[in-house]
Parts: sequence; structure tokens; C-alpha cells
Amino acid sequence: MTTDELTTAVPTAAAPDRLRRLRSVPPIWLVLAVALAVIIWRDPSFAEPPSLMAFLKRCAPLLVAALGELFVIVSGEFDLSIGALMTACVVVAARVGDGDPTRTWWVIPLLLGLGVVVGLVNGLVTTLLRVPSFIATLGSMLVLNGATFLWTGGSPTGALADNLRRVGRSGITGLPVIGQLPWAVLVFVVVAVGATLLLHRTRFGHQVFAVGGGVRAATLSGVDVWRTRTAAFVLSALSAVIAAILLAGFAGLSQDAGAGYEFQAITTVVLAGAVLGGGRGSTVATVGGALTLQALFTLLNIFGYPKPLRDTAEGLLIIAAGAYTAYRARRSG
Amino acid sequence: MPRRATAVVAVLAAMTLAAGACSSTKPTGGGTASGAPSSAAPVSQTKFFNQADFDRQMAQRTIAPQGDPSTPWLQMIQPTMVDTSKYAKPGKKWHLCFSNAGLSNPWRVNGMTTMKAEVKLHPEISDFTVVDAESKDDKQISDLADLQTKNCDALIVAPNTTDALTPAVDRACQAGLPVVVFDRGVTTNCPVTFVHPIGGYAFGAADAEFIAQQVGRGGKVLALRILPGVDVLENRWAGAKVVFDKAGVNVVGVEFNNADPAKAKNIVSDYLQRFPDLKGVWLDAGFASIATVEAFQDAGKPPPALTGEDEQDFLELWKKDKLNAIASTYPTYQWRTAVIAATDILSGKQVPKEWVLPQPVITSDTLDQWLVPGMPPLFYSGCGCQKMPGFPKDWGGK
Repeated sequence: MTTDELTTAVPTAAAPDRLRRLRSVPPIWLVLAVALAVIIWRDPSFAEPPSLMAFLKRCAPLLVAALGELFVIVSGEFDLSIGALMTACVVVAARVGDGDPTRTWWVIPLLLGLGVVVGLVNGLVTTLLRVPSFIATLGSMLVLNGATFLWTGGSPTGALADNLRRVGRSGITGLPVIGQLPWAVLVFVVVAVGATLLLHRTRFGHQVFAVGGGVRAATLSGVDVWRTRTAAFVLSALSAVIAAILLAGFAGLSQDAGAGYEFQAITTVVLAGAVLGGGRGSTVATVGGALTLQALFTLLNIFGYPKPLRDTAEGLLIIAAGAYTAYRARRSG
Repeated sequence: MPRRATAVVAVLAAMTLAAGACSSTKPTGGGTASGAPSSAAPVSQTKFFNQADFDRQMAQRTIAPQGDPSTPWLQMIQPTMVDTSKYAKPGKKWHLCFSNAGLSNPWRVNGMTTMKAEVKLHPEISDFTVVDAESKDDKQISDLADLQTKNCDALIVAPNTTDALTPAVDRACQAGLPVVVFDRGVTTNCPVTFVHPIGGYAFGAADAEFIAQQVGRGGKVLALRILPGVDVLENRWAGAKVVFDKAGVNVVGVEFNNADPAKAKNIVSDYLQRFPDLKGVWLDAGFASIATVEAFQDAGKPPPALTGEDEQDFLELWKKDKLNAIASTYPTYQWRTAVIAATDILSGKQVPKEWVLPQPVITSDTLDQWLVPGMPPLFYSGCGCQKMPGFPKDWGGK
């Protein structure tokens, strides 16, 4: 991991000394290591390769959703609509696909199309109509949830085709050591590599950081702010669609499949050291953030803590992560 | 002493959770009201375990209900009939009002559809006003107040939570309206009748007896629950626990899935890793039954002995994969019974003070009678609606 993956778009922050380099390693990996160590201490079977694969598989939807959310947050905005979009995708896939495997080839593009539309609307309402994204995406969340409910009457119909579910449910079997390599893990590796290249290695990625670092500075240096932010919203929505397909595969049809994913994704991104308000964030750390969040959930589960405590822990984590990020930002000036 | 056990369908918990962040009041345990402990209780009395209620429900399971078995929504168990002549309004068109807790889950959607169909069967009902409280106690309290100005002839209430709605139901009674309560109860005696299936203890125990018999003494069983603190779900587990303890079943874990199928699947997968010889899974609601089966299948193992409910998707999987399963039901036909009770009252016919409906249990032998082909995945076949006009289309079927 190199520093330019982690820090801001301001190029003058280069030439880091050794200490700085060390400090810029996101602490999330340390937290993850501790969480995994405790899990393995409580349940040694967790360390076996098939268990670890199963763990990665269940992280996959959140990972993919969080990577999309990262683009929006780095560009200085929020996307609260991804959970509702995920639910809508699962319900739509079941209703129009109706369990027919021959329809899957057009169901997936349809869902991606829905994602593009939602992302465009979020982006354009935020950038052109200048509605704060918090409000704009809160609105689209309510619209999507309401529309899904209206359309299904509260009880989803249809079924998810087996071949659509395969991506989230099964994998390449018969492998040595790990046993099964879930498709979901492959998908998230591809998405993570793609997101890393896009955010940290392309001109577009630099523009996302620039917009999040300061709209005025970005505009003055020739960045097309509205286009960049809209593209970030579209990427977020597309990631949510992919996450929804993974989730549908894993867990099946449910009328609140994606509920809460927007907050989990934002938690993940914040845990990974991104700054709400933009300009800072890293895909690699986000992967660490998602793994950590899931590991902590697993941990709370192993200790038998109920859901309210899980929520409390998540809340405390957000605050702690935010405080640490702010502290680090102050230290590094 | 009539007791007002709240009767919450399990799937409701999904809604409680989903709406948890914004709902005004949490369901509280108000169910274990009266009744002294009868026998030497092997299980201590707790907030969620009342020995007398448990004994009564266990007994009611074996009592043949009065009435025609082909119309279970008209049957009643151990009824104490009350006179309703003072509410009779013969020869008049009736305005029926219904305050619904919400349509927050497929069970309730299914029930509402069934109820509307039942209303259509009564030409003497000229108006049917439905207000939806959207799972909020405060909304339902004001809904009940509003309905008192609407010239209703009878009021049906499906309370959102027991304790919060009791005073509001009391006020509706004082206005002189005949009140019918169904599903979850209230802790006041004032409604003319309270319609509900036998109850949570019987539900949990019937399922647990099957599981215990399948896994044998010492067999490993996972109890997968939705969430803690909801009284009827607590009652189901309390009932099951008595049975498991007595049968010497090794309950290796009691987990909460928070109405999240992904989480349910994760929990079962984790337990399979830790206990490869896990033989049975007891669930407090059919909600996570499919996720449970899939967790076993994805781990390359045959599905365990497990419990479910009368949702279409589970029944279909049961038949397709020849599952070793049982399904206590919390039938949606009680939505029909509530309307029938209201019309009986307005006709001056006697109704039971507590209208206890049978609570059928689906087994592999009776599965085919319950499975209606062509229905949507979250159709509840315990609706008693199969012969109603508009079936199957109005219920989403083909």
C-alpha cells in the first residue's frame, strides 16, 4: 500500500517521511487483526480456509456496496438510497424474472439500467438542482421504498431464478485447501480491483478527490464538478445493484433485503478513514473496513449479544473512527 | 378468568425490526396476566412463562373444537358464550370499521385481502372503513378516536401493541360500540370478543415435540429465533424449551436472526461448522426456514429436521426436497373470523367471550392439503380463503 492511495488529492502532500508513511497505514487493519484473533480464540474452526472463504462470501455484498458509496463520499456527497435500491432490485428480479432461468440474461441488464437511472437522478438532483445529497438521496430512498411497497402490496411475488442466485450462493467447487471458491468472492475481487484502478489510478479518480477536496479549487483547475459527482452517484448505484444480486443469491427473496445497507456502507467507509465532506478515502482501506465491520458482527454474534447491542457497537465505532480520522487530519495539518 | 395474551404473528417480528428505528413503542410483555401457577412447575415462572397459560394451551391442542372442521375459521375451543342482544341492529345496513395495526409484512397483507373478501360475503355490510396505523401506536390511538366520530356500527381492532392500545380500546368501548379484537390482545375485558388462535406455547411446543422425536435424546438442536422481547415469540420459545428440557434434547445454541435471512443463513452455517452433527433446527417462525435449508444444502449436507409455517415458498420447498419438517400455523383465517364475529354481534347472535380458534399443524402427511399450486411465495395457505370469490387472483395467484 502506498501513500497516494490513502491521502488527499493535493499533490504537494507528497514526499512523505518514514514516520508519516507508518502513520498513514489505516488503523482499520489493526482493528481487523484484533477482531479476527478474538474470533479465532473463541472459535478455532474459524481459521480453517473454508470458514474464511465463507466469511469473505458473506462480506461480499457489503464490500461491493461500500466501494460504490466510497466514490460518492470522496466526492463530498452522501448516498442514502442504496439500501432501498438493493431491496427494489431483489423484488424486481423476482417479479419480472418469475423464477424463469431463461429470463436472467435480460433481468440483470434491466437491474443495471435501473441502477443507472437512480444514480443519474441522484446525481443530477444534487448537482444541477443543488439539493443537498443528504436530502436528495433520502428522497430517492423513500420513493424507492414506497414504490416497491406499492408495486408488491407488501408481499413480494415471483421467484428468483436459480441461475441468478448462483452468483451469490455457489462457487467453484473441488479446489484444494479452500474447498470452494465462491463466485461472490471473485465478484468482489473484480469490483475491488476495478474500483481501486478507477479511483486511484485514473484521471477520473483524481477529479473525484479534487471535487471532494474543494469544489471551487476543482472548478478553477478545470474539473467538471457536476459531471464527476453524477458519475460517482451512478457508480454507487451500480455497485448497489451488484451487491443486490449477490445478496439475492445468498439470502433469497425478502421484502426488506437491503434494509440498513446504506448505513452499513457509510459506516464501512468512515471506519476506513474516509472523511465525510470528501477529499479523503481509499478503496483498500474500505475493503478492510467492510471486513472489520463483518468481523465485529460475527464477534458480537459469537458472544451472543442481541441486535440492539450490535447497533450500539456500530454507533460507537462510527464515532471512534470519525474522531480518529479528525485527529489524524489535525495532526497532518 | 379470561386472560389477554397478546398474540403476535411471528412474521410481525420482521416488521417490528424493520420499523424498529421509527416505531413509537416497543412491544412489551403484557401477556402473562392472571392465573396462579397450577402444578409443580418444572420451569420457573418468568415474565414470559406462565404455567397456567401453558397448561391451558397444551390442553386446548387436544380438545376437539366445536363446529365444522371444514370451516375452521368458524370453529371455537372451550367457548363461554356471551349475550349480544343489546348491540343488535337487525334490518339495517351496517357500517363496519377496522383499525389495523399495519400492513407491514406479508402475513398481514394476506390477512387484509382475506378480510376484504369476507366483508364482500355479507350484503348487510354497506360500508367498510379501514384505517391503517402503519405499525405506530400513536397513530392507532388517534385512529381509534377518529373512528368514534364515523358512525361505525361495530369496531374491529387489530392492536399494534398490547399495553399501549389498551386505554384506547377502553375508550372505544365506553362510546358504546361493540368492539372485536383479534390477533394481538389488549389487557381489558371490555371488547365483546377476542379472536385468536390457541397461542404461542402450543405453537412452540408442537414444533418442539416433532424435533425432539426426530433427533432423539442428546441430539443436537439449534433454536433460531427472530428477536427477543416480543411476548408471543417468547411464549413460543418458552413452550419449546419445556419440551426440549423434558426430552433431553441438547440445544447447542439459541440465536436471533433479527428477521434478516442473510443473517439467519450465516448463523446456521456457523453452527454447522462448529457442530457438524447438528440434527435439528427449531425456528420460532417460518421466516428463516428456507435460509436454514439452504445453509445445509450449501454446506453439502442434507437438510435437518426443522420447523416452518404455512408460507407458500416453504411448503413448495418442503414438497420438492421432501424435507423432514413440521409447521405450526398462525392462520390468517382469523381475519375472517373477526368480521364474522362483528356481524354475529350486530345480528344479536351469541359469541364466545374469547373466540379461541384451532391452530393447525402441518405435517408431511397433510402437506398436500395445504399446498395450493400457483400461489405467490409469501401466500399463507392458512387463510381459509381457497373457496372465496376472487380466489386465487386477489391473493396474487394464477
